[in-house]
Amino acid sequence: MRKIGLVVFVFFCGWQVCAQRVEVIKFDRLQNIIDAKAEKIQVINFWATWCAPCVKELPLFEKLNADKKDVKVTLINLDFADKEKKVESFLSKKKMQTEVLLLDEIDYNTWIDKVDQSWGGAIPATLIVNPKNGKRKFIERELQEGELQKLLAEVE
Amino acid sequence: MKNTKVSALLALSLVLLFAGRAPKYEIGDSVTDFKLKNVDGKMVALSDYKSVKGVIVIFDCNTCPYSKAYNDRIQALNKNYSSKGFPLIAINANSPEISPGDSFEEMKAVAKKKNYDFPYLVDETQQVAKSFGASNTPHVFVLQRVGSDFKVAYIGAIDNNTRDAAAADKKYVEEAVDALLAGKSIPTEKTKAIGCGIKWKNA
Repeated sequence: MRKIGLVVFVFFCGWQVCAQRVEVIKFDRLQNIIDAKAEKIQVINFWATWCAPCVKELPLFEKLNADKKDVKVTLINLDFADKEKKVESFLSKKKMQTEVLLLDEIDYNTWIDKVDQSWGGAIPATLIVNPKNGKRKFIERELQEGELQKLLAEVE
Repeated sequence: MKNTKVSALLALSLVLLFAGRAPKYEIGDSVTDFKLKNVDGKMVALSDYKSVKGVIVIFDCNTCPYSKAYNDRIQALNKNYSSKGFPLIAINANSPEISPGDSFEEMKAVAKKKNYDFPYLVDETQQVAKSFGASNTPHVFVLQRVGSDFKVAYIGAIDNNTRDAAAADKKYVEEAVDALLAGKSIPTEKTKAIGCGIKWKNA
């Protein structure tokens, strides 16, 4: 019996922990993250596996996620929902630790303005919200090294 | 004296403000003529289109997954509407230095492979894209011919489902052109064109 338990555990590790799973979400979940009444500053990055500048800036978010425990980083993936496996294998290959949610909302014009009125519809894009004072920043371009820290200071 | 100085400064700052911001077209604006090189090597100008009711201008490219997903629909737009007086013009403004798959040679290859029956123009200086205020690919501007002018009638996305044409229930461009052909008002004049950002040259 104990042996079976161990086998089951190993199986789950191989499948769940060692390869990050991607949760497919709808917009209401993203809205909850944006509106979160949390203590932590929310850093929300919009990206896709096919978007070269997005992939290039991902390490900045990985590093922020690892270094700053008072900041919640969420990576919103905009690959098509039927590409879940592709996204998961991408994350395993890059050994990503940050939480990734796949947003399955193809009718962009119904939700894009709710993220930010100024969003023209291109990625990468990053939204930073400080729930404590309501300050927010929205950037629709690739970020450079050190820029996230600057933006975080601006919403303090 | 002080006042003059202040207003001079103010005027200067306004000039700088407007100089720094690219002008872009809004609904109802008249479009300045442009002339760009087609994949067949010939120049194509908007003013060449004398006997049309309008033109569907699409800023597009070879490389963006959204452009690829929309490619069949872009070709269908020209097939359906050029005979009705709304031919399509595709313009690629991506810098080939940043996106090598969008070089003029690659554009020729795509146009040939896909049998494009509409111009696929290269906007080498990116000035046309900038004057339109195009930001993404694919980014559509439906122009209506009014007298000798072309006026912007619709700006935005092709429809509301990038992944699956059959599942799109708002076909913005078709609805806009159909409305213009019927002399009715356009149901949705402006949407956001979801896609890849145009690959601007490094300043």
